[in-house]
Amino acid sequence: MSTKKFMYLNRRAPYGSVYALESLEVVLIAAAFDQDVSLSFIDDGVYQLVEGQNPEGIGMKNFSKTFHALGDYDINQFYVSAESLEERGLSLDDLMPLVWEDEDDDWAEKPSIKVVSNVELTKILSEQDVCLSF
Amino acid sequence: MADILGAEVDEEGFLVDLKDWTKEIAVEMAKGDDIDLSEEHWDVINFLRDYFEEYQIAPAVRVLTKAIGKQFGKEKGNSKYLYSLFPYGPGKQGCRFAGLPKPTGCI
Repeated sequence: MSTKKFMYLNRRAPYGSVYALESLEVVLIAAAFDQDVSLSFIDDGVYQLVEGQNPEGIGMKNFSKTFHALGDYDINQFYVSAESLEERGLSLDDLMPLVWEDEDDDWAEKPSIKVVSNVELTKILSEQDVCLSF
Repeated sequence: MADILGAEVDEEGFLVDLKDWTKEIAVEMAKGDDIDLSEEHWDVINFLRDYFEEYQIAPAVRVLTKAIGKQFGKEKGNSKYLYSLFPYGPGKQGCRFAGLPKPTGCI
């Protein structure tokens, strides 16, 4: 099976609908098939990566913890829209410090999240074989 | 509905409620598969439970293999070793004994 570039576009807040959780499930399935997976976070989707989530009060599972596992699945390209962060009064410091270990660099921990402008994001999206929007 | 020591399990033998898990249930599930749980089995079961607690998912087999090798020594970081402990698959059978849901992407 050939490798394709898969982009998962996340535009919705983590809780209140099932989109964010379903997206993560599909990401993990694609990863199991050794595809080139990247994720992007636009609009309210940026809230999915905010540090310190606690949805216990609404009876949901805190699946934001799962993002920390993705580095081990070779998923280490997280593109976050700079404009969407700014519109919500957020910055990179408000997001979870997601890292991956670079096998070719003595397992050095490197950040997975890249904040990019919408113009840059458009270019990245145009380079994908498959884009899935959640 | 089937149960093991009073804890409800689904049609594939996985616990319905993760909170029901006890060591005795793991031992009982293993007995059903003709396995006597050794210290090496428990290393993997405990690892799976810790991993789930931290990340809220069961690890994929290649992630499990790598992590076990890192934690318990290189000679254990391969699927041959893990399959010798869990002949029906370290992901599927190991997770079942550990009281976790079936791993995502596991067929």
